[in-house]
Amino acid sequence: MKLSRKFVSDYVSIDVDTKALADDMTSIGNEYDSCEKLIPTSKLIIGEVVECTDHPDSDHLHVCKVNIGTEILQIVCGAPNVRKGIKVIVAVDGTTLPGGIIKKGVIRGQESNGMLCAISELGLEHKFLTEKDINGIHELPMDAPIGEDAIAFMGLDDEVIDFELTSNRGDLLSILGMAYEIGALYGKEVSDIDLSFKEEKESIEGKFSLDIQTENCPLFLAKKVVGVTIKESPEFIKNRLIASGIRPINNVVDISNYVMLETGQPLHYYDADRLGDKLIVRMANDGEKLTTLDSQERVLSSSDIVIATEKEAVGLAGVMGGLTTEIEEDTKNIIIESAIFHPTCIRKTSKKVLRSEASNRFEKGLDPKRTYMAMMRSCHLLEKYADAKILSGTVEYKNMEIKEKVVSISLDKMNKVLGITLSKEEVLDILKRLQFETTVKGGDFTITVPTRRIDISIPEDIIEEVGRIYGIDKIEGKSLVLPTTPGTVNKTKRYIRNKLADLGLNETLSYALTPEEDGFQFTDAKGIEKVKVLDPMSEDRNTLRYSLIPSLVSIFKYNKARNYKDICIYEIGKSFYKKDEIYHEEERLAVLMTGIYQLGLKKEVVDFYVIKGILEELLESLGYKNRYSIVGTTDIHELHPGQSAKIIVNNTEIGVIGKVHPSIMKESVFVLELNLDLLFSFRVKKMQYKEISKYPSVLKDLAFVVKKNITAEEIHAVIKKAGGKLLKKIEVFDVYEGENVGSDEKSIAFSLTFEDPTRTLNDEEVMVIFNQIIEAVEKKLSAQVRDK
Amino acid sequence: MDINEKIKNIRVSLEEDIKKIASSRECQELKVKYFGKKGFITELTGNMKELSVEEKKEVGRLSNEIKNEVTTKISALEESLKEKELNEKLESERIDISLPSKKLKRGSRHPFQRIIEDVEDFFVSMGYDVVDGPELETDENCFQRLNVPLGHPARDAQDTFYIDPEYLLRTQTSSVQARTMQGNKEKTPIRMICPGKVYRRDDDATHSHQFGQVEGLVVDKDVSLANLKGTLELFAKKMLGENTKVRFRPSFFPFTEPSVEVDVTCFKCGGKGCPLCKQTGWIELLGAGMVHPNVLEMGGYDPKVWTGFAFGTGLDRLAMFRYEIPDIRYLYTNDIRFLEQFDRKDEENEIK
Repeated sequence: MKLSRKFVSDYVSIDVDTKALADDMTSIGNEYDSCEKLIPTSKLIIGEVVECTDHPDSDHLHVCKVNIGTEILQIVCGAPNVRKGIKVIVAVDGTTLPGGIIKKGVIRGQESNGMLCAISELGLEHKFLTEKDINGIHELPMDAPIGEDAIAFMGLDDEVIDFELTSNRGDLLSILGMAYEIGALYGKEVSDIDLSFKEEKESIEGKFSLDIQTENCPLFLAKKVVGVTIKESPEFIKNRLIASGIRPINNVVDISNYVMLETGQPLHYYDADRLGDKLIVRMANDGEKLTTLDSQERVLSSSDIVIATEKEAVGLAGVMGGLTTEIEEDTKNIIIESAIFHPTCIRKTSKKVLRSEASNRFEKGLDPKRTYMAMMRSCHLLEKYADAKILSGTVEYKNMEIKEKVVSISLDKMNKVLGITLSKEEVLDILKRLQFETTVKGGDFTITVPTRRIDISIPEDIIEEVGRIYGIDKIEGKSLVLPTTPGTVNKTKRYIRNKLADLGLNETLSYALTPEEDGFQFTDAKGIEKVKVLDPMSEDRNTLRYSLIPSLVSIFKYNKARNYKDICIYEIGKSFYKKDEIYHEEERLAVLMTGIYQLGLKKEVVDFYVIKGILEELLESLGYKNRYSIVGTTDIHELHPGQSAKIIVNNTEIGVIGKVHPSIMKESVFVLELNLDLLFSFRVKKMQYKEISKYPSVLKDLAFVVKKNITAEEIHAVIKKAGGKLLKKIEVFDVYEGENVGSDEKSIAFSLTFEDPTRTLNDEEVMVIFNQIIEAVEKKLSAQVRDK
Repeated sequence: MDINEKIKNIRVSLEEDIKKIASSRECQELKVKYFGKKGFITELTGNMKELSVEEKKEVGRLSNEIKNEVTTKISALEESLKEKELNEKLESERIDISLPSKKLKRGSRHPFQRIIEDVEDFFVSMGYDVVDGPELETDENCFQRLNVPLGHPARDAQDTFYIDPEYLLRTQTSSVQARTMQGNKEKTPIRMICPGKVYRRDDDATHSHQFGQVEGLVVDKDVSLANLKGTLELFAKKMLGENTKVRFRPSFFPFTEPSVEVDVTCFKCGGKGCPLCKQTGWIELLGAGMVHPNVLEMGGYDPKVWTGFAFGTGLDRLAMFRYEIPDIRYLYTNDIRFLEQFDRKDEENEIK
């Protein structure tokens, strides 16, 4: 909302400068975007061209002598319309214009002490300029006083605050609303608006009818004026429209806009002779067409409200009028429409078609009293500035109650919510400034809320009003009493994040919306559906991710393209899917590792065992030691079938680990993903001290040569079974493939720890078990012991 | 040979021996040479049986004297040699301490998560519970229960990703307010924050379609706007520095009444005015207010008995402020050169 200082000053007097007004308005909740002079120049002077000759060295320049009252300046001017005798706008040496500072100079040998200005050089928006304004210097009327301020003479000495209002304050989309707000701010009275006009004997009644067919139009007023003269608006109307950001067109159209700006009530004027004698308000038919004022054909739907004759739609209610009944140069008689339409309908339509000054106001909701006021104000101004004769009577449709809301609240409640101690008198003073009619009984206020404040309906609204006029920032901060119970936060996820960072991985943050193709990649999801958004911004972001791995793969690709090839990253985020018509959301952890993983000075090339190490370190440090297993799989199509596995905890698949399939990525990239919600559902045992054996343990190493397809895990299982309960620990410490074993064989070396918590073991009994182990492994796995 | 002559010879021999010795090991050999079975000192008393009592006394005295003398000298020599040898050993073990260490490469924590944890720690210390809510929410929780019915203009400001007519991606963490109030069956006082991701159809240098918010909610029997201000003053100091000041401006949110916009003094210029704060000295940080009675009521809390405040702020903005990150998109690009910069402990702001 662009607020013209001059415009609002018609209704309330302002004693502070405009910047202070803007800042003070901000402090009561009305933020502004900019606060500027309408014409952002330093002083311009009215001058008269007393002499004008052609420049000797130019085919288009003129050398002028210009009287500016205090002196006569020589100025070189290139405008085609410059000539002796005209009054002009003079920018003397040192004047600031939007284009720069005017300086004395010599133009093709002729001294020039300033510039004669065109309107287009004064910083007005292009849409306000006529061709005349652009092509030549501005000619002031002959009565313009030489030496005086040109901008003030033209009435353009205005300042404009561009407010960014909150959506509840539709009332401030009017000069009157602003006047009340400023009045409350500074404790000033708001002056009355002139609604007077004479009515003709002739009446509209019986000659014009309304047929309101939809409940989305609760109030509709129509009045007829005749004999208007279409001409240019008076300067003050044009200037105020320009300051408010609206382009002047002609007196009649301008008045409709002027009244909208004053009252906040959008109006529509129809050419009565083109309209006929009946208006219908109805919902449009699907596919119905209407050519709007901007000459565009709009295809409507049943959610749009239209104004129509029996024959056709003539306007898109609340948004834009139709072309067939617009006010034209030859218009004589006018039907004025002042109405209220349902805000939601207007919002829907305007979102689809066009956001206009009118729709913006309808959307926020209107004060029905202003609907009547705007009609009268229209008549007043049309009579005064367009020679209109106003027919008596108004055709009215009303399907609403116009009633002021009454709200009660106690002083105590007010102070309790705000956390301050206002006295009854202070509150009364504030309510008076707001022009809210109030009665007090004991500590209770009963407030009659003016209809213009459609945003106020409950006691809390009154608290806010009192708070903001008192000065919400004057409230001093008070600590809350600390509760006796401490707050809680899940520390496990933090532990994981820190653990992985300590292990050398970088935490990432990526988007949950991904391309649909990424969908179920890196999973073997069955019986579930993807979650897609209805109205994506792009196809790249149309589906909520199920696996986080594709996001990490994208990050890898991004960095690889920038020559970073050693990437170790992780992310914790939500995973989404739909199953049996129900949406599910789970927390997942994904890790991606490729290139070099630095372990001390050793630069380890990431392979399956490196990422497996990360997984095990994580699971074991979380307390899942001996409770997980990693089981080879070929089910995940995006993973290498010989280097991928499922991660199992408590017989439940909780994730996958493996190498990205070479057909997807030629680099060796390893990934893992865990369903954290599932993992955390398996509670870990309490960390608890276990008695340390007082007796020494016995260590034995042994190695087996086995066929390559025998896994370490299989051997481990046999050793464990054969070893019995004295065998405390089994660890692989070496794997060998090469010359010393057959080409289809490998050697795996184990270190075994024997221990009895109650006594010292003797060598013979250990050897007995040791030999049993060897025998079992050799027999069950066709293995051969190497160095006993 | 006269005993005195022998002793004299021993002294001469010792002087010469000592000159020749270069290591502590040779001192052992020297000790054998003098004190061994056939050592010079031992020999002095070899023929004691043949001597008179007087002579015995004299020889005993003299040999003891020389024995002590030799012992002292050899020991001193041994000591100094041992020290020398140790020094040589230490010197030989000298290493180039400037060579690279055998450390693990350090990973990093994303600034977005760092901010979340900081916010959590602050509020947990004030007795708030950190709760998690779904990002895939119902329209009911995200809007209706927050006093934003269907068709309400406030929905326009938050262009929503809908999944179907009922479900959407939450546009604000405020959705957790509704969940928390409803989920609290005993209707006990509430103090919670919910940090998390939210989504809006918006993408440019200052907006990302996915971003972070933290919502705070307190519901109790005697909570005021002054309490809200007190809380946010502490919060701002913790997050942005001890000298941060807080300013309230009236504003509008459908789910709070009264509503305020909360500005903090620009941490860059300290409030003097700079490009970051557009010369105003203030930066908009939070939206907040007293929980709207309709919201309390829909959550099952009687607004006649309970009051509450709620606040919400952008986590990305906080991260951008703290680490002086100029573009929100950097947070989501995951350039390794960006990520690796966040590899150490944060400095902490003290609240005084």
